[in-house]
Amino acid sequence: MTDVDASDLPAGARLSDELESLRKTVEEFAHDVVAPTIADFYEREAFPYEIVRQMGQMGLFGLPFPEEYGGMGGNYFALCIALEELARVDSSVAITLEAAVSLGAMPIYRFGTEEQKREWLPRLCSGELLGAFGLTEPGGGSDAGATLTRARLDGDEWLISGTKAFITNSGTDITGLVTVTAVTGELPDGRKEISSIIVPSATPGFTVSKKYSKVGWNASDTRELSFTDVRVPAANLLGERGRGYAQFLSILDEGRIAIAALGVGLAQGCVDESVKYATTREAFGRPIGDNQAIAFKVADMEVRAHTARLAYYDAAARMLRGEPFKRQAAIAKLYSSEIAVTNAREATQVHGGYGFMNEYPVARMWRDSKILEIGEGTSEVQRMLIARDLGL
Amino acid sequence: MNIVVCVKQVPDTWSEKRLNDEDNTLDRAATDPVMNEMDEYAVEEALRIKEMHGGEVTVLCMGPDAATETVRKSLSMGVDKAIHVLDEGLHGSDALATSLVLSAALGTLADSGGFDLVVLGSESSDARMSVVPAMLAERLGLPQLTFAKEVSIDAADGGGGTVTIKRLTDDGYQVIEASLPAVVSVVEKINEPRYPSFKGIMAAKKKPVDTKSLADLGVESADVGLGGAWSAVESFETAPPRQAGTIVTDEGDGASKLAEFLASKKFI
Ligand SMILES: Cc1cc2nc3c(=O)[nH]c(=O)nc-3n(C[C@H](O)[C@H](O)[C@H](O)COP(=O)(O)OP(=O)(O)OC[C@H]3O[C@@H](n4cnc5c(N)ncnc54)[C@H](O)[C@@H]3O)c2cc1C
Repeated sequence: MTDVDASDLPAGARLSDELESLRKTVEEFAHDVVAPTIADFYEREAFPYEIVRQMGQMGLFGLPFPEEYGGMGGNYFALCIALEELARVDSSVAITLEAAVSLGAMPIYRFGTEEQKREWLPRLCSGELLGAFGLTEPGGGSDAGATLTRARLDGDEWLISGTKAFITNSGTDITGLVTVTAVTGELPDGRKEISSIIVPSATPGFTVSKKYSKVGWNASDTRELSFTDVRVPAANLLGERGRGYAQFLSILDEGRIAIAALGVGLAQGCVDESVKYATTREAFGRPIGDNQAIAFKVADMEVRAHTARLAYYDAAARMLRGEPFKRQAAIAKLYSSEIAVTNAREATQVHGGYGFMNEYPVARMWRDSKILEIGEGTSEVQRMLIARDLGL
Repeated sequence: MNIVVCVKQVPDTWSEKRLNDEDNTLDRAATDPVMNEMDEYAVEEALRIKEMHGGEVTVLCMGPDAATETVRKSLSMGVDKAIHVLDEGLHGSDALATSLVLSAALGTLADSGGFDLVVLGSESSDARMSVVPAMLAERLGLPQLTFAKEVSIDAADGGGGTVTIKRLTDDGYQVIEASLPAVVSVVEKINEPRYPSFKGIMAAKKKPVDTKSLADLGVESADVGLGGAWSAVESFETAPPRQAGTIVTDEGDGASKLAEFLASKKFI
């Protein structure tokens, strides 16, 4: 043998004992608490407050934050592990956690002043409050620089006007704040100066419209928001004035890894459900899984889920080591979301007519998968990022 | 309040169990091991009592190497420290031997302040005998309060005090009080066990686990294990597959037919 020892080899898909314990705990929670109850919320398009409260008790909302702000002292990868396990069973609760942590709390942790962190993070980490991030507008999401929402300083207050579209977690009873991006001026080169501002829920002039009727993620809260001369203190500026655009780009880079974890979870859930169904459902006198056409379909689903998992583990490891990870995060997000759609389609096929019935988890997975190719950067945007990083 | 919770690792409740062909003991390798579900309620109750009255919670686990998982899970839920009785000689121990080992292990605590309360689940999902809590109380010479669906403690300053339980019975509950120290076994109705948080999982790494052998406890190996067992499994068979049920068609007399069926099975 050579003198290369095991520590020189890539870690692959092995988790440390602690992360494995976390994974098992969330797996058990998803199986015992989420799986038996979520279909009803989904059908009624209702937000599962009780499940979210329990997720808060388990500390899931505080996973990547230090204990001094009420967090669990874990890291972003720990969050991804939890997201994957939740999404194996249900994507609505997984996206609720993802958006609350990586879009709601993370910008405050990364860019907030000490005072802002002390004010918001403990309640966001415990799940008592949910945070949201409002970037997308009715007129454009991919072209985030095209923001039309405006904010101007009026004395020691920001005066905000505009509209945001498709904002996750923004209209629940426990939503505490929405961080919005707004044009706050013009740069010397004529481009827009974009900043982020914290708008607490129930600020006068800030209205939350009723829930969208969505194809999937039906137990997650998504709203259109409008701001009419909304006044918040000047101190609600998040990070540096004019850095809003750069800030959310960095937040979105991380968020892509989390969305990738969600995609992998959904893809793995499709494998779980298909294995179960293919071994019990019989046709022509034997389990349908005895047919190579079905068995190979399921094998291919497992191949995709496993490969996608390695991609997001790698992106997360690079990020946590402080290395450049933009390309790897885009690869993980693009690949996971596309294979999630493929696995959901195939799992539905394995289930035949029952796969088209809402009461079967795979039907929910099928409906939930498509948004993964759209939210937090469409597949086209991911390809643009990867191509650009390759020098094209 | 010093509380000791006895926890057992068992095969996953939902998986199919098998016995070893060689010695008719449970094949523990064939299924995923988990913490005995009822013991999670015992741990939760101990943690709640600690949260109200202060003190320390210790778990006591007798089991093979793999049972460290169950020990670690208790520690991640918030238990302070653990005693793991680990000895090859324990393989095949029956309830009598188990209670002997547990009482010996509890005896070693005398030096470190003893204990005020021992909490156990009222049965393990594998053996389902429900006798260990009673046997343990008997060996320790302590009051036994079994099948508790509610526990309240009236701690006296400087140790002692009383424990009161609501004991679940077939047609209601009994209120039973005893002086501390005492042995309590709990049923699922008592609480909703917490899931370990990540902080708890990380903290568990650093908590002390004291591993004891039979020799450390002064227990003779002849008294435990398969050799020392008072009962033996002579042979076993898998349960016959479930028969198809009876379908009662309602022709206006559905209710009386159902009642007849229930009466014939002595359900009513
Ligand atoms: C359920 C849900 C929850 C959401 N949650 C949030 C949230 O919490 N916060 C938030 O800010 N946003 C949120 N969004 C918005 C989401 O991020 C946007 O929908 C997404 O970024 C796409 O923007 P768009 O809808 O405006 O599509 P557009 O940007 O209009 O894109 C339409 C199509 O054109 C393609 N396209 C655009 N530009 C190019 C180009 N240069 N080259 C090639 N193709 C291009 C796109 O890839 C896409 O296929 C959410 C959306 C949904 C549906």
